[in-house]
Amino acid sequence: MNEQQMIKVDEKGFYGKFGGAYIPEMLHPNVEELRENYESIMASKEFQDEFRGLLKDYVGRPTPLYFASRLSEKYGAKIYLKREDLCHTGAHKVNNTIGQIILAKKLGKKRIIAETGAGQHGVATATVCALMGMDCTIYMGEIDIARQHPNVERMKILGAQVVPATSGSKTLKDATNEAMRAWINNPVDTHYIIGSVVGPHPYPEMVARFQSVISEEIKWQLKEKEGTENPDLVIACVGGGSNAAGAFYHYYNTPGVRLVAAEAGGLGVNSGKTAATTAKGTPGILHGSKTILMQTEDGQVVEPHSISAGLDYPGIGPVHAHLFDVGRGEFVAVEDKDAMAAGIELSRLEGIIPAIESAHAIYALNLIEYSKDDVIVINLSGRGDKDLDTYIKWGKY
Amino acid sequence: MNRIHKLFENKKDRVLSIYFTAGFPKLEDTLPIMEAIQAGGADIIEVGVPYSDPVADGPTIQDSNMIALENGISLKKIFEQLAGFRDKIHIPVVLMGYLNPIMQYGMEAFCKKCQEVGVDGLILPDLPMQQYIDDYKELFEKYGLVNTFLISPQTSEKRIREIDENTSGFIYMVSSHSITGAKAGISEEQISYFDRVKALNLKNPKLIGFGISDSETFTTASNYSNGAIIGSAFIKVVKDSKNLSEDIQRYIQSVVN
Repeated sequence: MNEQQMIKVDEKGFYGKFGGAYIPEMLHPNVEELRENYESIMASKEFQDEFRGLLKDYVGRPTPLYFASRLSEKYGAKIYLKREDLCHTGAHKVNNTIGQIILAKKLGKKRIIAETGAGQHGVATATVCALMGMDCTIYMGEIDIARQHPNVERMKILGAQVVPATSGSKTLKDATNEAMRAWINNPVDTHYIIGSVVGPHPYPEMVARFQSVISEEIKWQLKEKEGTENPDLVIACVGGGSNAAGAFYHYYNTPGVRLVAAEAGGLGVNSGKTAATTAKGTPGILHGSKTILMQTEDGQVVEPHSISAGLDYPGIGPVHAHLFDVGRGEFVAVEDKDAMAAGIELSRLEGIIPAIESAHAIYALNLIEYSKDDVIVINLSGRGDKDLDTYIKWGKY
Repeated sequence: MNRIHKLFENKKDRVLSIYFTAGFPKLEDTLPIMEAIQAGGADIIEVGVPYSDPVADGPTIQDSNMIALENGISLKKIFEQLAGFRDKIHIPVVLMGYLNPIMQYGMEAFCKKCQEVGVDGLILPDLPMQQYIDDYKELFEKYGLVNTFLISPQTSEKRIREIDENTSGFIYMVSSHSITGAKAGISEEQISYFDRVKALNLKNPKLIGFGISDSETFTTASNYSNGAIIGSAFIKVVKDSKNLSEDIQRYIQSVVN
């Protein structure tokens, strides 16, 4: 792999053709403040001590790398599950919110805003705001508020204010728009904690770095278990793509490790009800970065569909657009019904009820080629508690 | 000579620019609204190109964008509507819109079409200055388009000066920490920001926008700049109107006089 093929962000915030910071001038000072400071703050011993300390004692890291023997037997490979579902709050999202809230404190911010779709990132943000005693406002689409009611109440119990996004399609995309507008309206004392590897530079890289603890741990855990740091494949689901970015991060530039991204196929890639961005999307600009997104010929953003609210996003992070573009990542689309079946299968085989997002990554085993000696790490990004209603409605268990 | 340059050569004070959303309230209202804006006595027309995700805009302009899109507006359709508009409209016309629909149209094809129909300038709120310089400046100049940048109370002096260097039409001064249509009136804090920018003696004229809605706010803004831009307040007039031409002219006259 030569220098040009390396997967990394350049100084303007681009991964190959994708990334950048396409934002209104009103957001420029905030984003610039972050860009100028995040690397030096993150590199400081003080930050690292606090971040690592909280990941260990509060989040419960390292999360186990669990050898799933019955799943392995069924699929004919050595399959490990990276148990992000065991993180405090039930998903990997908290790795990022811990990092960003410490950063926000160092920048002297007093208030936190965030967007949320299913409510997982909202809960993870409300949690760290409670932990740090900071004022917290979460923007959530009106439709998502109705369908993710328990998470709305969790955020409120944690002391956050939940503001409905009533514009556009009233889901994650619009919650993100509302959070950006709120940041324009409150530029001085407020930090915006974006929940995925999306948004203007430096967010995609910053969030990926906070999540990169996932692949950092996989490396030494796998070394202990298999005598090598490198699996043959890493599989993760991709909505915006933060858990995938974290699981791939330390393997971006290790060509022997295949990186498999499971997108939400919804009711089928060609059904018009899908969130399979790389299959149906084209290059464009969404939420401040150039990436691949689902849009009309005229450049209007198309509303996605997935049974899993966490994958229900019309774009992907620019790093994933780049992995797709240069062929470094293998992208598969997993339909709603197959993800549900995989979730139930994992429950029966391993006693783990996964988040429906993560079940997409499990099902990807059926869509790719591998051999029986291959070591496969699947990033189990979250647990299924929040999806109980969806499982119950699905009913086929 | 570009009509925007010509305008500011002849008029240094109380320049009024009116923003409206193309294809709103009805698909075919675009041209009649432009005629009424000119007849009412405004100096510049900003034609808003609707987008599904307008992050810098408040509810009024968001809603107008949604309705216009539901009406079937598109950039292609806007250019169809604008064909031949120079037979009737002689004041400067600027297209204002987010980058994505324009990228999908094709940047060069878009610029070429703008020149062809007689558009004078562009305001693309999510096109950052550096990206403009790196990728688009030459193209815009080739097709005689003047690009306007926004500045806000948060913009540093250094950056304001860079923006001033890289534009040649006018600078769009966002009046407050705000999305469009969020606040009414002008506060002491805003006045001190206006004073601060005025003291920079920029080479470009400045128009103040966001929060301008009537004769009083227009006059205050004009005291600190070369004029002002009205968007959301105008959209409200259009939205509730039973007689577009009459209501638009009456509203603009009430602001200007």
